[in-house]
Amino acid sequence: MSLILGPAPHTMQQGDTGAFMRQVVYATGPGLAVLTWIFGWGTLINVLWAVIVAVAVEALVLTMRGRDVRFFLSDWSVVVTGLLLGLSLPPTSPWWLTLVGVAFAVIVAKHLYGGLGMNPFNPAMVGYALLLVSFPVAMTAWIAPFDVPTFSESVALFLGQASPDAFSGATPLDTFRTWAGDAQALAGHDILHGRIAGRGWEWVNAAFLLGGLYLLARRIINWHIPAGFLAGLALPALAFWLVDDVRYADPLFHLFGGGTMLGAFFIATDPVSAATSNQGRLIYGALIGVLIWVIRSFGGYPDAVAFAVLLMNLAAPTLDYYTRPRTYGHDKPDRGIG
Amino acid sequence: MTILTAIIALLALAAVFGALLGYASEKLKVEGDPVVDQIDAILPQTQCGQCGHPGCRPYAEAIAAGEEHNKCPPGGEQTIQELSDLLGRDFLPLDEEHGEEDVKRVAYIREDECIGCTKCIQACPVDAIIGAAQKMHTVIEDECTGCDLCVEPCPVDCIDMVPVEETLESWHRERPPGVGGRPETYIPVENLA
Amino acid sequence: MLSLLRGKREPIHDFPGGIHPPENKARSTAAPIRPGPLPHELVLPLNMHVGAPARPVVALDETVLKGQLIAESQGRISAPVHAPTSGRITAIEDRPVQHPSGMTATCIVLEPDGREAWAELEYRPDWAATDPAALLEQVRHSGLAGLGGAGFPTAVKADPGEDTRIEQLIINAAECEPYITADDRLMRERSPGIIRGIRMLAHLLRPDEILVGIEDNKPEAIQALRSAAEGTDIEIRVVPTRYPSGGEKQLIQLLTGKEVPAGDLPARVGVICQNVATAYGIYRYLEHGEPLLSRITTVTGDAVSHPGNYEVLVGTPVKDLLACAGLDADRLGKLVTGGPMMGFTLPEPAAPVVKTSTCLIASTPEELPEPPPEQPCIRCGACAEVCPANLLPQQLYWYAKNDEFERAQQHNLMDCIECGACAYVCPSHIPLVQYYQYAKGEIRNQEAETAKADRARQRFEARQERIERQKAEKEARRRERREAQRRKQEAAPSGDDGTRSDAAVQASATSAGGGSAASGGSDGSGSGNGDDESRADERARRMKQLKVTYNKANKQWKQAQAAFNKAQRDGADNLDQLSANVDKLRTRADEARAELDALVQEAKTDVEAATGRDLKTLKKEATDAELAARRKAKEVQAAREAGATEQAQSLEREHEQLRQDADDKAAWLKRVMEEQGMKEDE
Repeated sequence: MSLILGPAPHTMQQGDTGAFMRQVVYATGPGLAVLTWIFGWGTLINVLWAVIVAVAVEALVLTMRGRDVRFFLSDWSVVVTGLLLGLSLPPTSPWWLTLVGVAFAVIVAKHLYGGLGMNPFNPAMVGYALLLVSFPVAMTAWIAPFDVPTFSESVALFLGQASPDAFSGATPLDTFRTWAGDAQALAGHDILHGRIAGRGWEWVNAAFLLGGLYLLARRIINWHIPAGFLAGLALPALAFWLVDDVRYADPLFHLFGGGTMLGAFFIATDPVSAATSNQGRLIYGALIGVLIWVIRSFGGYPDAVAFAVLLMNLAAPTLDYYTRPRTYGHDKPDRGIG
Repeated sequence: MTILTAIIALLALAAVFGALLGYASEKLKVEGDPVVDQIDAILPQTQCGQCGHPGCRPYAEAIAAGEEHNKCPPGGEQTIQELSDLLGRDFLPLDEEHGEEDVKRVAYIREDECIGCTKCIQACPVDAIIGAAQKMHTVIEDECTGCDLCVEPCPVDCIDMVPVEETLESWHRERPPGVGGRPETYIPVENLA
Repeated sequence: MLSLLRGKREPIHDFPGGIHPPENKARSTAAPIRPGPLPHELVLPLNMHVGAPARPVVALDETVLKGQLIAESQGRISAPVHAPTSGRITAIEDRPVQHPSGMTATCIVLEPDGREAWAELEYRPDWAATDPAALLEQVRHSGLAGLGGAGFPTAVKADPGEDTRIEQLIINAAECEPYITADDRLMRERSPGIIRGIRMLAHLLRPDEILVGIEDNKPEAIQALRSAAEGTDIEIRVVPTRYPSGGEKQLIQLLTGKEVPAGDLPARVGVICQNVATAYGIYRYLEHGEPLLSRITTVTGDAVSHPGNYEVLVGTPVKDLLACAGLDADRLGKLVTGGPMMGFTLPEPAAPVVKTSTCLIASTPEELPEPPPEQPCIRCGACAEVCPANLLPQQLYWYAKNDEFERAQQHNLMDCIECGACAYVCPSHIPLVQYYQYAKGEIRNQEAETAKADRARQRFEARQERIERQKAEKEARRRERREAQRRKQEAAPSGDDGTRSDAAVQASATSAGGGSAASGGSDGSGSGNGDDESRADERARRMKQLKVTYNKANKQWKQAQAAFNKAQRDGADNLDQLSANVDKLRTRADEARAELDALVQEAKTDVEAATGRDLKTLKKEATDAELAARRKAKEVQAAREAGATEQAQSLEREHEQLRQDADDKAAWLKRVMEEQGMKEDE
């Protein structure tokens, strides 16, 4: 017989990183379903493709780095990266667009920095930002809500055999940007007047909110980042909307438009690239929210989740540094060279 | 004319900032330890002379004067790294000419063989050997730096360098094997009913 | 009734973090406390407590009685050891002890005779009327040391010093670790004794408040304590069950809201915390005179058939206790001593139960399974949320992993209490506590090394200074004598015998007059011209170099030879390579030696050329002069002792001359050699 030796503690909580990540995957279910309902098969096809590419590229890179492929794939982190990037892409995206974005995210944004846990930026958003600046037309070719292409049309779009121009239409955020300040034009655009916010997109956001609440309930994420995010977006929106409701969109329009809820619950909450202290997370989320509002209202891009998140990724170490908690038995937090 | 104004403005700025910098460097001068003291503080103080100098301080002085900082086997890589950091020099691998990094050792005198010649006492750079002529000598283990200098002079070869043993106080857990590894080990046990 | 009401009040304070691991306490609380086995030998380590190990006061083969002192405390922070039963001392030797390393420590081995014959006990039923200082002195002899597992000598803790006012005496009855129920059972069954023990502690410390902190998962124990404490000023404070509420600092924070300053003791903030079993031990000692001979230890886990609490004699080997509890050795996986959160796996079941052994968990591999392999940290921050010390475990992990100890210390690694909450919740299964233990150990060892290096530097410098001083003193003495001689010669210029050595004396006197001994080499003694000097300097430098080379090569050769011998014994396959290495090093040593010898020879020749005599003669002359001087000194001594003052005086004068002669010759020899770049030993 033999005795097992090992360090304390000898008992551990159930669950592992893979299980955490799988919960995130499940929580995107409603959002994915609604996206498919409103924008057609393109989203589903692209998400599946993105996940397949992500896993394949990860396996390839791990092999090249001489790591245990099965062990590192078991943390499911790359599935989440592929999934989130796939969810962010327009449903008209051709296969190569997704491939380039995902491969860049996994190879450059993740593995060149040392793999899971070492990347300073959210890989999915790095991939998204690369695509947005490189292929701005393809990246803004969204479909008008409920104007769903058929399955074969979706496949043709995915294979690059059809032009997205035939299907694409402006998103609510685009429309508002274009006509901001013109009360008559704003009133005339149906897409701006859904039940709670922009048509179609309100349900996408509601679905991601549902998934996000599930993550909160399962304690996969903390409330700090989403709460800060949504407050940081809604408060300036409210203030400016009260001052001038023709030039500035109302808070609900912001909260339920574009990638807000996906960003708040799924993207900004990526723990690796976010701030780690609770206080830091609140500030981190709030500043992302504010940045999104600023870019949406004054910037050159209709939506801004990716850039806001990347900018705040840069600030996360500083936030951690300034929000270090006070250790038991110490008078004040130590803020030495950290 | 504009060019002249620009040149004058730039010169004036340069003069002002130059003066400011000069003042600041005088006023805010940092009084640090002389570099020799700082180097000496990093060296392991075994006083073994393996670096070719008669003690750690002379070597510290030599390093400060430009000698390479990789000649200290007892300090090993860690000392070289710390010296590199302090002096802003590149890390160098340990110069094998001067010996290899080894486990820590202390001198041990086989006391029944000692003839009381006091030669080791004279050789010990830190006075860690006690004894008198014709009397048996012994090593103060806590003070011995393991420099080896007493071994050679001993006419009867009664000094051994024994590795410092781990004690219940100095023992600590090893660093876990890292990502992908398990810290657990199994040991066979026989004497359990 | 009032105290009952007060006891019901929830604590108003809180500590950050904490976890709720499965308790697994029920199976060991079912049965009452049972007596442990009487093994065929008791192994009593001398360091069952924090502090200096005790010193044995018994001899081999001595027969001892139950309760007899067998090892006394050494120094202030220490505790004595008593014989847990009567018997014979069979050994005082190194035995395996309860330590995660499986290392050994000095133990007294006692073979019980089964008679249980008690030594004469000294007890203090009158403790309430005794002066606290005297009582404290008594407690020092009790052998008590933090029975909650920390093992800090109780008497030291109960003595915060004259001017420290104790506001709260806290009795730690939280027992927050899973599996452990020793205190729970003790409180259920022996509450009156515990309450009396607490009152004795209060008598020693005179606190403003006496608080007993207990987790709400022990209703029977709370009930028992409350009824025993009725009518006293002891408050029973029930705290919610949350690990690690029983950590000393956490319990203090829960009950008083105070924080113990980093690196300080609770007494600094007016709090003393003692374990409930320790309080019971004090009662047993003062009212029954019984020093700490046994303790209640929980034996539990799926691999024992009779889990429960056992009153075990200190020194009982773990395997005997496990056998008593019905161990199924085939199912045993981890053998944990202490709780599952902070305890350690025991590599050696022959190690004895000691004063700090709260619990033994004989678990099956399914019960406390191996953790899965470590995954990368995703910085989820779950660890920071449960840390009761408000640390940032993910940062500490990073620093410990990369040996950045300075930064780890800046992030207050040393304030980590190693409770294991962070590792418990880590989704990546990182053995965080092990990382911290590693870093802390390294930091402690490095600090010890730095302290040692500082001491070595001081000793080295002191020695250098002493050598310089002795040299200077010697020089001063010599100069004095020379002066005296010259005056004498001036006073009586005639009558010297004009030997060659006198010429030498003259020569050296002139040169010594011109400069210090250190510059003696350069101002020469008639033989020096520029060429010779630089040649000698060059040679001296080269000789020094060669000496270093030789010593090094010689050492390396010896090491290589040893390695070769070992390889030969072990039958390694790289013998050729090793042998070549030996030869190479040997050649290098020989070459260095040969060149060195040649240089020495050359130097000797130069000496001869410069002085007209070879070195041997010079050395012999110097030695002869030295011996003559010493003989004369003895004669002087003898004459003095015989009372022949006149004779002694004349002998003294002769001795002075001889002394002078000898010193001069020695100096002359030394300088000649220095000039030729040699040292005395060549």
